Amino acid sequence: MPGIIGRKVGMTSVYSVEGKATPCTVIEAGPCVVTQVKTNDRDGYDAIQLGFGERKEKNTPGALKGHFKKANTTPKKELVEFDGFEQDLKAGEVINADLFAEGDLVNISGTSKGKGFQGVVKRHGFAGSERTHGQQSMSRAPGSIGMASTPSRVFKGKKMAGQTGNKRVTIENLEVIKVLGDKNILVVKGSIPGAKGSTVIIEK
Amino acid sequence: MDLIKEVQNEFSTAQETPAFGAGDTIAVSYKIKEGEKERIQQFTGVVLQRRGSGTTETFTIRKMSGGIGVERIFPVTSPFIEEIKVLKNGAVRRARIFYFRERTGKAARIKEKRRF
Repeated sequence: MPGIIGRKVGMTSVYSVEGKATPCTVIEAGPCVVTQVKTNDRDGYDAIQLGFGERKEKNTPGALKGHFKKANTTPKKELVEFDGFEQDLKAGEVINADLFAEGDLVNISGTSKGKGFQGVVKRHGFAGSERTHGQQSMSRAPGSIGMASTPSRVFKGKKMAGQTGNKRVTIENLEVIKVLGDKNILVVKGSIPGAKGSTVIIEK
Repeated sequence: MDLIKEVQNEFSTAQETPAFGAGDTIAVSYKIKEGEKERIQQFTGVVLQRRGSGTTETFTIRKMSGGIGVERIFPVTSPFIEEIKVLKNGAVRRARIFYFRERTGKAARIKEKRRF
């Protein structure tokens, strides 16, 4: 799907036409530079590779330096592949936030905020159990995790405690409320994964 | 943060609101929608606090209604607010006067700010 790379700026709220306050997220989307055009003949699949964000020359590996030089751009921080662009793009061309229009529904992917090793109540929304009536150190415990001698194992995928957050999350069908093309700002309804300043991928 | 301000400016309805803060007595006229009809209602009371910034800024206002305290929170930039009138400037020492909730009767008076 055609898309763009962006940076989460933060959240605010705006008033809709009826006067309702709507929570929304501000994204700095683009400018993205086409760093490589992949074709079926050469690479086995069609794709457009976009670059976003500046990176210092001295912090760029030599191989990547050559890659960016080929596309005639400065070194970029993030590289992501997209497909399905309508127009024919060449390396070095710039894609801006006006790829999207107001009212579009977009999918946004990012890395969610890391919450460390968490128990089942926070991680999976288990109810926990009561704290009184003779309960002892069981109030946030998961309870039974399976049966006895049949099957005498714990089923795969059983919801248990573990690392929470800090993984790739996609939120689908977020409405684009506003596009400020000249400033490359995208305003979408609702929240998106990640902390302020984190990189997000916006797809149509 | 600057980009957020730019977005807020883009959406701002640019209402003129008088300067008011905690301790002030104000009258808020706000529109109420009942089906198709729209009418204006007033809420007069003491401002307990202002919080937030930009389009998300809100204020809390408290009044006594038949011996029962009633509080309402309004967004400062809400398009439903028709008018805000400052009736009294109160002299209080803090920005958030939550202690005012525990005061009743004679203790629930706020000195008026002297203006020279």
